[in-house]
Amino acid sequence: MTSEIVSAPARTQAFLKTLYGVTDGERIQRCLQCGMCSGACPYGYLMEFPPSRLITSMRAEEIERVLEADTVWLCLSCYACTQVCPQKIPLTAALMTRTKEELLLAGKVPTELHAALENSQRYGNVLGQSPRKRADWVKEAGAPVRVLGKENPRTEVLWYVGDYVSYHPRLQAVGRAVAKVLNALGVDFAVLGADEVSDGDSQRLAGERGLFELLAEKNGKALGRVQFQRIVTTDPHAYNAFKNEYPALGIAYPVQHLTQFLAEHLEQLRPHLTREVKAKVAFHDPCFLGRANAVYEEPRAILAAIPGVELVEMAHSRETSLCCGGGGGGMWLDGFHWEKAHARTSEWRVQEASAAGADILAVACPYEPLRFEDAVKVVPGAGNIVVRDVAELIAESLTA
Amino acid sequence: MSQDIFVVVEHLRGEVAEITYVMLGMGRTLAEGTGGKVVAVLLGQNATGLASDLSADQALYVEHPSLAEFTPDAYSAALAAVIADAKPRAVLLGSTSIGSDVASVLSARLKLPMISSCRTAGRDGTLQCQICGGKIMAEARLPDSTALVTVIPGGHPADAGRSTQPAAVTAFAPPELSQLRVSLKQYIEPEAGDVDIAKEPVLVSIGRGIQTGDNVELAEELAKALGGVVCGSRPVVDQGWLPASRLVGKSGKRVKPKLYLAVGVSGAPEHMEAVTDSQLILAINTDAAAPIFGLAKYGTTLDLFDLVPALTSAIQQAKAA
Amino acid sequence: MNIVVPIKIVPDLVEELAIDASGAALDNSWLRLIINEFDDHAMEQAILLKEQAGGQVTVIALSAEGVDDILFTAAAKGIDRLIKLETEEAAALNNHALARALAEVIADLKPDLILTGVQAHNDLDGSVGPLLAELLGMPYVGYIAGVKVSGDGALARKEYPGGLVAELLVQLPAVLGIQAAEKPPRYVAVSKVRQAMQTAKIDARPCPTLDPAGGLAPLRLYQPEPAERATMLEGDVEAVSAKIVELLKNAGVM
Repeated sequence: MTSEIVSAPARTQAFLKTLYGVTDGERIQRCLQCGMCSGACPYGYLMEFPPSRLITSMRAEEIERVLEADTVWLCLSCYACTQVCPQKIPLTAALMTRTKEELLLAGKVPTELHAALENSQRYGNVLGQSPRKRADWVKEAGAPVRVLGKENPRTEVLWYVGDYVSYHPRLQAVGRAVAKVLNALGVDFAVLGADEVSDGDSQRLAGERGLFELLAEKNGKALGRVQFQRIVTTDPHAYNAFKNEYPALGIAYPVQHLTQFLAEHLEQLRPHLTREVKAKVAFHDPCFLGRANAVYEEPRAILAAIPGVELVEMAHSRETSLCCGGGGGGMWLDGFHWEKAHARTSEWRVQEASAAGADILAVACPYEPLRFEDAVKVVPGAGNIVVRDVAELIAESLTA
Repeated sequence: MSQDIFVVVEHLRGEVAEITYVMLGMGRTLAEGTGGKVVAVLLGQNATGLASDLSADQALYVEHPSLAEFTPDAYSAALAAVIADAKPRAVLLGSTSIGSDVASVLSARLKLPMISSCRTAGRDGTLQCQICGGKIMAEARLPDSTALVTVIPGGHPADAGRSTQPAAVTAFAPPELSQLRVSLKQYIEPEAGDVDIAKEPVLVSIGRGIQTGDNVELAEELAKALGGVVCGSRPVVDQGWLPASRLVGKSGKRVKPKLYLAVGVSGAPEHMEAVTDSQLILAINTDAAAPIFGLAKYGTTLDLFDLVPALTSAIQQAKAA
Repeated sequence: MNIVVPIKIVPDLVEELAIDASGAALDNSWLRLIINEFDDHAMEQAILLKEQAGGQVTVIALSAEGVDDILFTAAAKGIDRLIKLETEEAAALNNHALARALAEVIADLKPDLILTGVQAHNDLDGSVGPLLAELLGMPYVGYIAGVKVSGDGALARKEYPGGLVAELLVQLPAVLGIQAAEKPPRYVAVSKVRQAMQTAKIDARPCPTLDPAGGLAPLRLYQPEPAERATMLEGDVEAVSAKIVELLKNAGVM
């Protein structure tokens, strides 16, 4: 499409048209140029074309200039801009993602990001690990985890595990905690095993629409082969994909983030939470649970149920939560971000946790323990902060 | 065919490459089995001096202006002539930018069997070759006819290929070297400046665990005590605590020190892949599950801030004693 | 300019490698196959040359599982012509056999330049590039990271250890063994590859006879001893320091 168009105005028009294809995309025409989006954006000050300026360029029919710049890759798809826009323009989903898509189609992707995308395509996970080993972690889960198969295709809860919990040692600990908690609650749950592939949502937001559809198709087929009542996941990106993106592809199932599921079962859970976790706990609202899907209270409710926990709020919280830096491809663009910014949002966030007096930074997304634990090592005064997924804290509080 | 083992001497700008000595050591082992001589084959111009520390029974020297610097065409032609004339039992070449350029050409030109990536050879003529990123070894045997073998380091010590007694040098008349299709235009030097960590025998490597730029000093003291230099993983260089020339990893340098002392390095794959040629890896990391312990020979979970100063002291004392 | 890029499809090292019942070959049933990384660079270098100076690039591969995807990806990146040589005889395939088959096909294509990866990790009998060059009577230079073509020939940058580079002028037609393209292999969107699957054509031909003579066949394959986890040094700071000093002395570092 874009390769046939030569003049900038014509190309801009073509680009705009594709934006209107996104739900509510035509609201872009109502932009007030108030600049709130660029102001709220964590890297807005560094982008050559933060959201408001991107729109200005389109109005000036100068989309070429935008497509020559590479600072859109600083966008973390954190929804801060979308959140504050008075005209409710779907800035993240339409504008920033579509710009990345255009760049990606033109082959202009930071080299650092290639591997994650190629790995997703080749191995079904961003980490480039063997797909055959996706469910190996189950053997060391410490508590029973049933893997669905031809002989046993039925379960009440389908636990969608995700790439990081399946393969990364730090996140496998979260997997073990979830297994412990679900067993303690007597939940009938199971996992897809090696048939599961990456949900693809971050890859989608990094501009790889085709890859997202490829992965969704595979997950759709795997889910179609088994029977379950609902999907539960610890990954807000997967939650977002199943809830908001997969249905348009014909893959529609009820889905909950683990914190929603546990909040729903809080009264059954509460009697099991007997061990004290005496600490000041700051809950970090993940972008895709909070801003993108308006889930703020459930994680707090279950944390508050843990004896000894004192919830503290950081300076940015709920709708204003500061992204850990992993979204929109950020998880695989750390070098690129560092070179441009010499600052990491994860380090700002850990500073906030420290300022709030937190002992524990509680998280609910697989990117976060990695990003925040790295930040804890370098932020002065934050060395004492421990990063734990909500599931890990619940597991810690369970009667043995 | 003789039972001699020929070793093609690799040299660049007046310096004999380490792989040559490794091959001479391997050649000696093979020759002990075949009963033949180890013959170093040296191509060049005014280069006889390079044969002075080669451990060989004989050195064949082919002199020609076109052989002054390595070009594949000239080397292939000269070596083809030497091999066709001498018909040795085996010819060893380096699995390198020099050896690999000519080995396969010679195999096709002279119709000689070849095998590559040989790491170790036995007296009985067995060859252990390493492929698939080191995951698979292939065992073969020297055939009874002239064969070509390309060699990788690691199986035979370079010292076994060095000698204080120079081998007798015999001249071999070069073939016609006029229709050469490859010519050297110029060399381009690497950027001068900082230490080349790829050449350092002792490296103290630091990672995120060092926490701040000020603490780099601890590593520098340790490196100084050991007579080595400090290098680091990506986060350290990103933070500006070390210059980019000290980066070890996929996007930095590949190192092959005698000692790689990893301090506060977790061992991410992109870093570790550049470290696998180290002879001895020691790791200090409070996380017992850190991936670096899968590659290190020895490790400790003691806190680096306690251990490093104490270790530096202990080394200084041991050296003074 | 007419450029040909022969590519090799090799075992993906992400998966476990197993040795088959004969003990002298890899177990194919477990293998995942990918394009040889250096051939990917050769392809990128070829496309860069075409973008700079015009011309046509042909990629040739032997049939293997997943090769069609690899060829369509090549087309999506800008490769003009895709040739697949069909054969059942993967077992007869070593680099000597591959080079002979390629030489027969490539001779008819009359290329000005042949770019191929300098090596592949499963090479056991040299590498394809120099074998192919000799069979075609062309010069070969390997470990190339940078190529410029002019009327005089190809000016190739050859890499030596320690960062030294030699600039060599090579008469065309020639074969160059690519170590690294001037830019990292470009990313191509999945949607573009899917498009290529509709529009690009793979020219499938029978593969010439595969003759492996010249490659010394292995007697057996085996896996080296698995790496053990580090021996942990126990004790307090003084004790561990002393142990380390001892280890360093034994290693000849002190």
